[in-house]
Amino acid sequence: MREILSRRKFLGGALAGVALAACKSDEPKSGLLGGMMRWNDRVQAGLLSGREARRPGDGIITKPGEFPSYHIAPFVPIAPDGWRLKVGGLVERPRTLTLDELMALARTDVRVEHHCVEGWSAVADWHGVRVTDLADFVGADRRAVFVDFRSFDADPQGTKYSSSWDRESAFHRQTILAYGMNGRPLAPAYGAPVRLYGAVKLGYKNVKYLTEVNFVDRMTGGYWEDLGYEWFAGT
Amino acid sequence: MRKPQPWPIRLTHWVNVPALAMMAMSGLQILVAFPYMGPRGAEWSWWPLQGWNAPEWARLGDWLAGGRAWHFAVAWLFVGNALVYVVCLAVSGEWRRRFFWPPRDVGPALRQLAYYLRLRKEAPPVNLYNGLQRLAYTSAIALALVEVLSGLAIWKPVQLEFLTRLFGGYDGARAVHFIGLALLAAFVAAHVVMVLLHPRSLAEMVTGGKPDA
Repeated sequence: MREILSRRKFLGGALAGVALAACKSDEPKSGLLGGMMRWNDRVQAGLLSGREARRPGDGIITKPGEFPSYHIAPFVPIAPDGWRLKVGGLVERPRTLTLDELMALARTDVRVEHHCVEGWSAVADWHGVRVTDLADFVGADRRAVFVDFRSFDADPQGTKYSSSWDRESAFHRQTILAYGMNGRPLAPAYGAPVRLYGAVKLGYKNVKYLTEVNFVDRMTGGYWEDLGYEWFAGT
Repeated sequence: MRKPQPWPIRLTHWVNVPALAMMAMSGLQILVAFPYMGPRGAEWSWWPLQGWNAPEWARLGDWLAGGRAWHFAVAWLFVGNALVYVVCLAVSGEWRRRFFWPPRDVGPALRQLAYYLRLRKEAPPVNLYNGLQRLAYTSAIALALVEVLSGLAIWKPVQLEFLTRLFGGYDGARAVHFIGLALLAAFVAAHVVMVLLHPRSLAEMVTGGKPDA
Protein backbone atom coordinates (compact mmCIF):
# COMPACT_ATOMS: atom_id res chain seq x y z
CA MET A 1 0.00 0.00 0.00
CA ARG A 2 2.72 2.33 1.05
CA GLU A 3 4.69 1.51 -2.07
CA ILE A 4 1.71 2.18 -4.37
CA LEU A 5 1.08 5.50 -2.71
CA SER A 6 4.67 6.60 -3.10
CA ARG A 7 4.73 5.49 -6.72
CA ARG A 8 1.54 7.39 -7.35
CA LYS A 9 3.06 10.42 -5.72
CA PHE A 10 6.19 10.04 -7.80
CA LEU A 11 4.23 9.74 -11.03
CA GLY A 12 2.07 12.68 -10.09
CA GLY A 13 5.11 14.79 -9.32
CA ALA A 14 6.82 13.78 -12.54
CA LEU A 15 3.68 14.58 -14.53
CA ALA A 16 3.37 17.99 -12.88
CA GLY A 17 7.05 18.62 -13.59
CA VAL A 18 6.67 17.78 -17.27
CA ALA A 19 3.55 19.93 -17.50
CA LEU A 20 5.33 22.91 -15.96
CA ALA A 21 8.37 22.42 -18.19
CA ALA A 22 6.01 22.58 -21.17
CA CYS A 23 4.83 26.02 -20.07
CA LYS A 24 7.25 28.78 -21.00
CA SER A 25 5.99 32.27 -20.26
CA ASP A 26 8.41 33.84 -22.74
CA GLU A 27 7.24 31.48 -25.49
CA PRO A 28 3.51 31.21 -24.86
CA LYS A 29 2.93 29.68 -28.30
CA SER A 30 5.04 26.59 -27.59
CA GLY A 31 4.39 23.53 -25.46
CA LEU A 32 1.32 23.13 -23.34
CA LEU A 33 0.52 26.86 -23.23
CA GLY A 34 0.69 26.98 -27.03
CA GLY A 35 -1.60 24.00 -27.36
CA MET A 36 -4.12 25.60 -25.05
CA MET A 37 -3.83 28.87 -26.98
CA ARG A 38 -4.65 27.14 -30.25
CA TRP A 39 -7.56 25.38 -28.58
CA ASN A 40 -8.78 28.72 -27.22
CA ASP A 41 -8.50 30.24 -30.70
CA ARG A 42 -10.91 27.56 -31.93
CA VAL A 43 -13.27 28.16 -29.05
CA GLN A 44 -13.22 31.88 -29.81
CA ALA A 45 -13.99 31.22 -33.47
CA GLY A 46 -16.91 29.09 -32.34
CA LEU A 47 -18.22 31.89 -30.14
CA LEU A 48 -18.13 34.41 -32.97
CA SER A 49 -21.50 35.24 -34.40
CA GLY A 50 -22.71 37.93 -36.76
CA ARG A 51 -24.12 39.87 -33.82
CA GLU A 52 -23.22 43.53 -33.72
CA ALA A 53 -21.63 45.28 -30.79
CA ARG A 54 -23.87 47.72 -28.96
CA ARG A 55 -23.58 51.38 -29.92
CA PRO A 56 -22.55 53.46 -26.88
CA GLY A 57 -24.39 56.74 -26.20
CA ASP A 58 -23.09 60.20 -27.08
CA GLY A 59 -22.00 60.91 -23.51
CA ILE A 60 -19.21 58.39 -23.31
CA ILE A 61 -17.16 59.21 -26.38
CA THR A 62 -13.59 59.26 -25.12
CA LYS A 63 -12.27 62.81 -24.77
CA PRO A 64 -9.89 64.06 -27.47
CA GLY A 65 -6.33 63.09 -26.64
CA GLU A 66 -7.42 60.45 -24.11
CA PHE A 67 -7.90 57.71 -26.71
CA PRO A 68 -4.51 55.98 -26.66
CA SER A 69 -2.60 55.74 -29.91
CA TYR A 70 -0.15 52.95 -30.61
CA HIS A 71 2.52 52.37 -33.21
CA ILE A 72 5.65 50.26 -33.09
CA ALA A 73 7.89 52.89 -34.72
CA PRO A 74 9.65 55.25 -32.28
CA PHE A 75 7.86 58.19 -33.92
CA VAL A 76 4.40 58.67 -35.36
CA PRO A 77 4.61 57.04 -38.80
CA ILE A 78 3.79 59.37 -41.68
CA ALA A 79 2.42 58.05 -44.96
CA PRO A 80 4.98 58.08 -47.80
CA ASP A 81 4.35 60.37 -50.75
CA GLY A 82 2.10 58.80 -53.34
CA TRP A 83 0.57 56.46 -50.78
CA ARG A 84 -1.79 53.87 -52.25
CA LEU A 85 -3.73 50.97 -50.79
CA LYS A 86 -2.96 47.74 -52.60
CA VAL A 87 -5.86 45.29 -52.60
CA GLY A 88 -5.03 41.85 -53.89
CA GLY A 89 -4.68 38.16 -53.23
CA LEU A 90 -7.37 35.80 -54.46
CA VAL A 91 -9.43 38.50 -56.15
CA GLU A 92 -10.81 38.95 -59.67
CA ARG A 93 -9.86 42.63 -59.94
CA PRO A 94 -6.73 43.51 -57.95
CA ARG A 95 -6.60 47.27 -57.36
CA THR A 96 -4.26 49.94 -56.13
CA LEU A 97 -6.47 52.62 -54.60
CA THR A 98 -5.85 56.24 -53.78
CA LEU A 99 -7.54 57.56 -50.66
CA ASP A 100 -10.12 59.35 -52.85
CA GLU A 101 -10.91 56.13 -54.69
CA LEU A 102 -11.39 54.31 -51.40
CA MET A 103 -13.57 57.11 -50.07
CA ALA A 104 -15.75 56.85 -53.18
CA LEU A 105 -16.94 53.42 -51.99
CA ALA A 106 -19.99 53.10 -49.73
CA ARG A 107 -19.33 54.69 -46.35
CA THR A 108 -20.05 52.98 -43.05
CA ASP A 109 -19.95 54.62 -39.62
CA VAL A 110 -19.13 52.53 -36.59
CA ARG A 111 -19.30 53.51 -32.93
CA VAL A 112 -18.39 50.75 -30.53
CA GLU A 113 -16.51 50.27 -27.31
CA HIS A 114 -12.85 49.58 -28.08
CA HIS A 115 -11.22 46.75 -26.14
CA CYS A 116 -7.46 46.71 -25.83
CA VAL A 117 -5.58 43.56 -24.89
CA GLU A 118 -4.14 45.61 -22.01
CA GLY A 119 -7.56 45.85 -20.40
CA TRP A 120 -8.72 49.37 -21.15
CA SER A 121 -11.77 50.48 -23.04
CA ALA A 122 -12.46 53.67 -25.00
CA VAL A 123 -15.11 54.87 -27.44
CA ALA A 124 -14.83 56.71 -30.75
CA ASP A 125 -16.77 57.17 -33.98
CA TRP A 126 -15.04 55.60 -36.96
CA HIS A 127 -15.84 56.28 -40.61
CA GLY A 128 -14.77 54.12 -43.51
CA VAL A 129 -15.50 51.28 -45.90
CA ARG A 130 -16.62 47.84 -44.83
CA VAL A 131 -14.06 45.15 -45.62
CA THR A 132 -16.92 43.10 -47.04
CA ASP A 133 -17.80 45.99 -49.41
CA LEU A 134 -14.17 46.18 -50.48
CA ALA A 135 -14.20 42.40 -51.02
CA ASP A 136 -17.21 42.76 -53.34
CA PHE A 137 -15.51 45.66 -55.14
CA VAL A 138 -12.44 43.58 -56.03
CA GLY A 139 -14.28 40.27 -56.37
CA ALA A 140 -12.70 38.31 -53.53
CA ASP A 141 -12.71 34.55 -54.05
CA ARG A 142 -14.59 32.24 -51.71
CA ARG A 143 -11.36 30.32 -51.13
CA ALA A 144 -9.98 33.39 -49.36
CA VAL A 145 -10.84 32.39 -45.81
CA PHE A 146 -8.28 34.77 -44.34
CA VAL A 147 -7.58 38.45 -44.87
CA ASP A 148 -4.03 39.71 -44.46
CA PHE A 149 -3.40 43.36 -43.53
CA ARG A 150 -0.04 45.09 -43.97
CA SER A 151 1.29 48.42 -42.73
CA PHE A 152 4.08 50.95 -43.22
CA ASP A 153 4.56 51.13 -39.45
CA ALA A 154 7.82 49.38 -38.56
CA ASP A 155 9.70 48.73 -35.34
CA PRO A 156 13.33 49.89 -34.90
CA GLN A 157 14.54 46.48 -36.16
CA GLY A 158 12.68 47.07 -39.40
CA THR A 159 9.92 44.51 -38.85
CA LYS A 160 6.70 45.83 -40.30
CA TYR A 161 3.39 45.71 -38.50
CA SER A 162 0.80 43.32 -39.85
CA SER A 163 -2.04 41.07 -38.83
CA SER A 164 -4.36 38.54 -40.38
CA TRP A 165 -8.02 37.86 -39.71
CA ASP A 166 -10.44 35.02 -40.21
CA ARG A 167 -12.94 35.76 -42.96
CA GLU A 168 -15.96 35.83 -40.63
CA SER A 169 -14.46 38.55 -38.44
CA ALA A 170 -13.14 40.56 -41.39
CA PHE A 171 -16.51 40.42 -43.15
CA HIS A 172 -18.41 41.41 -40.02
CA ARG A 173 -20.70 44.40 -40.56
CA GLN A 174 -18.71 46.44 -38.04
CA THR A 175 -15.30 45.80 -39.56
CA ILE A 176 -14.18 48.74 -41.69
CA LEU A 177 -11.14 50.33 -43.26
CA ALA A 178 -11.38 53.63 -41.43
CA TYR A 179 -10.26 56.93 -42.94
CA GLY A 180 -12.08 59.09 -40.39
CA MET A 181 -12.44 59.35 -36.63
CA ASN A 182 -14.94 61.42 -34.64
CA GLY A 183 -16.11 63.28 -37.75
CA ARG A 184 -12.61 64.22 -38.92
CA PRO A 185 -10.04 62.73 -41.25
CA LEU A 186 -8.00 60.10 -39.45
CA ALA A 187 -5.03 61.69 -37.67
CA PRO A 188 -1.49 60.30 -38.11
CA ALA A 189 -1.43 59.20 -34.45
CA TYR A 190 -4.39 56.90 -35.06
CA GLY A 191 -3.19 55.27 -38.26
CA ALA A 192 -3.64 57.77 -41.12
CA PRO A 193 -4.38 57.63 -43.93
CA VAL A 194 -6.32 54.36 -43.50
CA ARG A 195 -6.50 51.81 -40.73
CA LEU A 196 -8.46 48.71 -39.96
CA TYR A 197 -11.13 49.06 -37.30
CA GLY A 198 -13.42 46.27 -36.09
CA ALA A 199 -15.77 45.62 -33.20
CA VAL A 200 -15.07 41.90 -32.91
CA LYS A 201 -11.30 41.97 -32.34
CA LEU A 202 -8.93 43.29 -29.70
CA GLY A 203 -7.10 46.50 -30.56
CA TYR A 204 -3.84 44.95 -31.74
CA LYS A 205 -5.66 43.16 -34.57
CA ASN A 206 -6.70 46.56 -35.98
CA VAL A 207 -3.76 47.33 -38.25
CA LYS A 208 -2.99 51.04 -38.59
CA TYR A 209 -1.12 52.80 -41.40
CA LEU A 210 -2.40 50.30 -43.97
CA THR A 211 -0.56 49.61 -47.21
CA GLU A 212 -2.04 46.30 -48.31
CA VAL A 213 -5.15 44.19 -47.92
CA ASN A 214 -4.85 40.66 -49.29
CA PHE A 215 -7.61 38.07 -49.45
CA VAL A 216 -5.73 34.82 -48.93
CA ASP A 217 -6.30 31.13 -48.32
CA ARG A 218 -3.81 30.65 -45.53
CA MET A 219 -3.21 32.23 -42.16
CA THR A 220 -0.31 34.67 -42.25
CA GLY A 221 0.28 35.47 -38.57
CA GLY A 222 1.00 39.01 -37.54
CA TYR A 223 3.38 41.27 -35.62
CA TRP A 224 2.14 40.77 -32.05
CA GLU A 225 0.85 37.31 -32.90
CA ASP A 226 4.36 36.20 -33.87
CA LEU A 227 5.73 37.61 -30.61
CA GLY A 228 3.38 35.46 -28.55
CA TYR A 229 -0.04 37.07 -28.47
CA GLU A 230 -3.01 34.95 -29.49
CA TRP A 231 -4.02 34.99 -33.13
CA PHE A 232 -7.81 35.03 -32.91
CA ALA A 233 -8.12 37.75 -30.24
CA GLY A 234 -11.89 38.08 -30.54
CA THR A 235 -14.08 40.20 -28.31
CA MET B 1 -20.69 4.61 6.19
CA ARG B 2 -19.25 7.58 4.43
CA LYS B 3 -16.09 9.43 5.26
CA PRO B 4 -16.21 13.08 6.29
CA GLN B 5 -14.34 13.92 3.07
CA PRO B 6 -15.06 11.49 0.20
CA TRP B 7 -12.26 11.17 -2.32
CA PRO B 8 -13.83 13.28 -5.14
CA ILE B 9 -14.07 16.17 -2.74
CA ARG B 10 -10.48 15.77 -1.60
CA LEU B 11 -9.25 15.48 -5.17
CA THR B 12 -11.07 18.57 -6.42
CA HIS B 13 -10.07 20.48 -3.29
CA TRP B 14 -6.38 19.86 -3.85
CA VAL B 15 -6.53 20.47 -7.60
CA ASN B 16 -8.06 23.80 -6.69
CA VAL B 17 -4.99 24.89 -4.75
CA PRO B 18 -2.59 25.19 -7.71
CA ALA B 19 -5.40 26.10 -10.13
CA LEU B 20 -6.63 29.02 -8.03
CA ALA B 21 -3.08 30.16 -7.30
CA MET B 22 -2.18 30.16 -10.99
CA MET B 23 -5.40 31.95 -11.94
CA ALA B 24 -4.82 34.63 -9.33
CA MET B 25 -1.14 35.12 -10.16
CA SER B 26 -1.59 35.24 -13.93
CA GLY B 27 -4.54 37.59 -13.43
CA LEU B 28 -2.33 39.93 -11.43
CA GLN B 29 0.22 39.81 -14.26
CA ILE B 30 -2.50 40.79 -16.75
CA LEU B 31 -3.49 43.70 -14.50
CA VAL B 32 0.03 45.16 -14.83
CA ALA B 33 -0.70 46.18 -18.45
CA PHE B 34 -3.40 48.60 -17.28
CA PRO B 35 -3.62 48.80 -13.49
CA TYR B 36 -6.52 51.25 -13.53
CA MET B 37 -10.28 50.87 -13.36
CA GLY B 38 -12.80 52.75 -15.45
CA PRO B 39 -12.73 53.72 -19.14
CA ARG B 40 -9.86 55.67 -20.69
CA GLY B 41 -10.08 59.37 -19.97
CA ALA B 42 -12.70 58.73 -17.28
CA GLU B 43 -10.96 56.44 -14.83
CA TRP B 44 -12.90 56.14 -11.60
CA SER B 45 -11.73 58.60 -8.96
CA TRP B 46 -13.38 56.50 -6.24
CA TRP B 47 -11.38 53.37 -7.00
CA PRO B 48 -8.85 53.20 -4.17
CA LEU B 49 -6.28 51.07 -6.00
CA GLN B 50 -5.65 53.09 -9.16
CA GLY B 51 -2.16 52.22 -10.35
CA TRP B 52 -1.69 49.43 -7.82
CA ASN B 53 0.21 46.35 -8.92
CA ALA B 54 0.99 43.09 -7.17
CA PRO B 55 4.67 42.46 -6.37
CA GLU B 56 6.54 40.38 -8.90
CA TRP B 57 6.64 37.22 -6.76
CA ALA B 58 2.84 37.18 -6.74
CA ARG B 59 2.59 37.22 -10.53
CA LEU B 60 2.79 34.48 -13.15
CA GLY B 61 3.62 34.81 -16.82
CA ASP B 62 6.37 37.49 -16.92
CA TRP B 63 4.56 39.67 -19.49
CA LEU B 64 1.09 40.33 -20.80
CA ALA B 65 1.05 37.59 -23.47
CA GLY B 66 2.55 35.11 -20.99
CA GLY B 67 0.07 36.01 -18.27
CA ARG B 68 -2.84 35.70 -20.69
CA ALA B 69 -1.58 32.35 -21.96
CA TRP B 70 -1.43 30.99 -18.40
CA HIS B 71 -4.76 32.53 -17.43
CA PHE B 72 -6.71 31.14 -20.39
CA ALA B 73 -5.01 27.73 -20.18
CA VAL B 74 -5.48 27.18 -16.44
CA ALA B 75 -9.03 28.53 -16.65
CA TRP B 76 -10.07 25.22 -18.25
CA LEU B 77 -8.55 23.28 -15.35
CA PHE B 78 -10.22 25.60 -12.84
CA VAL B 79 -13.66 25.38 -14.44
CA GLY B 80 -13.40 21.68 -15.28
CA ASN B 81 -12.41 20.88 -11.71
CA ALA B 82 -15.31 22.98 -10.41
CA LEU B 83 -17.76 21.13 -12.68
CA VAL B 84 -16.50 17.75 -11.43
CA TYR B 85 -16.96 19.01 -7.87
CA VAL B 86 -20.50 20.24 -8.47
CA VAL B 87 -21.58 17.04 -10.23
CA CYS B 88 -20.10 14.86 -7.48
CA LEU B 89 -21.78 16.96 -4.83
CA ALA B 90 -25.14 16.81 -6.57
CA VAL B 91 -25.05 13.07 -7.33
CA SER B 92 -23.85 12.02 -3.88
CA GLY B 93 -26.21 14.28 -1.96
CA GLU B 94 -23.16 15.67 -0.14
CA TRP B 95 -24.40 19.20 -0.85
CA ARG B 96 -27.00 18.78 1.90
CA ARG B 97 -24.44 18.82 4.69
CA ARG B 98 -22.14 21.32 2.99
CA PHE B 99 -24.10 24.13 1.42
CA PHE B 100 -25.38 27.01 3.48
CA TRP B 101 -29.14 26.75 3.59
CA PRO B 102 -30.51 29.84 5.38
CA PRO B 103 -33.63 28.33 7.03
CA ARG B 104 -31.44 25.66 8.59
CA ASP B 105 -28.12 27.42 9.04
CA VAL B 106 -28.71 31.05 9.99
CA GLY B 107 -29.50 30.25 13.63
CA PRO B 108 -26.57 27.85 14.15
CA ALA B 109 -24.24 30.27 12.34
CA LEU B 110 -25.20 33.08 14.73
CA ARG B 111 -24.78 30.78 17.75
CA GLN B 112 -21.41 29.66 16.41
CA LEU B 113 -20.38 33.29 16.04
CA ALA B 114 -21.50 33.96 19.60
CA TYR B 115 -19.39 31.00 20.73
CA TYR B 116 -16.32 32.32 18.90
CA LEU B 117 -16.88 35.75 20.45
CA ARG B 118 -17.04 34.14 23.93
CA LEU B 119 -20.69 35.20 24.27
CA ARG B 120 -21.69 31.56 24.56
CA LYS B 121 -19.99 28.79 26.46
CA GLU B 122 -20.85 25.78 24.34
CA ALA B 123 -20.58 25.33 20.62
CA PRO B 124 -23.85 24.44 18.89
CA PRO B 125 -24.13 20.83 17.63
CA VAL B 126 -22.37 20.18 14.35
CA ASN B 127 -23.17 17.94 11.39
CA LEU B 128 -19.84 17.81 9.54
CA TYR B 129 -19.71 21.61 9.39
CA ASN B 130 -21.04 24.32 11.64
CA GLY B 131 -23.21 27.11 10.26
CA LEU B 132 -20.35 29.57 9.86
CA GLN B 133 -18.28 27.03 7.98
CA ARG B 134 -21.18 26.37 5.62
CA LEU B 135 -21.57 30.10 5.08
CA ALA B 136 -17.86 30.55 4.38
CA TYR B 137 -17.50 27.59 2.02
CA THR B 138 -20.68 28.38 0.12
CA SER B 139 -19.60 32.01 -0.23
CA ALA B 140 -16.27 30.89 -1.66
CA ILE B 141 -18.08 28.78 -4.27
CA ALA B 142 -20.39 31.69 -5.11
CA LEU B 143 -17.33 33.95 -5.46
CA ALA B 144 -15.69 31.45 -7.80
CA LEU B 145 -18.84 31.52 -9.93
CA VAL B 146 -18.75 35.33 -9.99
CA GLU B 147 -15.10 35.16 -11.05
CA VAL B 148 -15.84 32.79 -13.92
CA LEU B 149 -18.83 34.80 -15.15
CA SER B 150 -17.14 38.20 -14.86
CA GLY B 151 -14.05 36.70 -16.51
CA LEU B 152 -16.13 35.51 -19.45
CA ALA B 153 -17.69 38.99 -19.60
CA ILE B 154 -14.25 40.62 -19.95
CA TRP B 155 -13.03 37.96 -22.36
CA LYS B 156 -15.95 38.30 -24.77
CA PRO B 157 -17.68 41.65 -24.18
CA VAL B 158 -19.29 41.57 -27.63
CA GLN B 159 -20.25 37.91 -28.09
CA LEU B 160 -21.33 37.51 -24.44
CA GLU B 161 -22.73 41.01 -24.11
CA PHE B 162 -25.60 39.86 -21.87
CA LEU B 163 -23.02 38.78 -19.28
CA THR B 164 -21.02 41.97 -19.64
CA ARG B 165 -24.15 44.03 -19.14
CA LEU B 166 -24.97 42.01 -16.02
CA PHE B 167 -21.78 43.36 -14.45
CA GLY B 168 -22.39 46.95 -15.51
CA GLY B 169 -20.38 46.81 -18.72
CA TYR B 170 -16.80 45.93 -19.58
CA ASP B 171 -15.17 48.16 -16.98
CA GLY B 172 -17.68 47.08 -14.35
CA ALA B 173 -16.89 43.43 -15.07
CA ARG B 174 -13.16 44.16 -14.68
CA ALA B 175 -13.76 45.72 -11.28
CA VAL B 176 -16.00 42.85 -10.17
CA HIS B 177 -13.36 40.38 -11.37
CA PHE B 178 -10.74 42.14 -9.23
CA ILE B 179 -12.94 42.53 -6.14
CA GLY B 180 -13.90 38.85 -6.39
CA LEU B 181 -10.23 37.95 -6.38
CA ALA B 182 -9.61 40.11 -3.31
CA LEU B 183 -12.51 38.44 -1.46
CA LEU B 184 -11.32 34.98 -2.48
CA ALA B 185 -7.85 35.84 -1.22
CA ALA B 186 -9.39 36.92 2.10
CA PHE B 187 -11.28 33.62 2.24
CA VAL B 188 -8.11 31.63 1.59
CA ALA B 189 -6.24 33.53 4.32
CA ALA B 190 -9.00 32.90 6.88
CA HIS B 191 -9.31 29.30 5.70
CA VAL B 192 -5.61 28.62 6.25
CA VAL B 193 -5.71 30.20 9.72
CA MET B 194 -8.71 28.07 10.71
CA VAL B 195 -7.06 24.92 9.39
CA LEU B 196 -3.92 25.67 11.39
CA LEU B 197 -6.11 26.02 14.49
CA HIS B 198 -7.87 22.73 13.69
CA PRO B 199 -5.21 20.44 12.22
CA ARG B 200 -7.53 17.41 12.20
CA SER B 201 -9.54 18.98 9.39
CA LEU B 202 -6.35 19.10 7.33
CA ALA B 203 -5.71 15.41 7.99
CA GLU B 204 -9.28 14.63 6.95
CA MET B 205 -8.86 16.54 3.72
CA VAL B 206 -5.87 14.28 2.98
CA THR B 207 -7.02 10.86 4.20
CA GLY B 208 -10.77 11.35 4.13
CA GLY B 209 -11.08 10.78 7.86
CA LYS B 210 -12.83 8.02 9.79
CA PRO B 211 -16.17 6.85 8.34
CA ASP B 212 -19.24 8.18 10.13
CA ALA B 213 -20.84 5.79 12.58
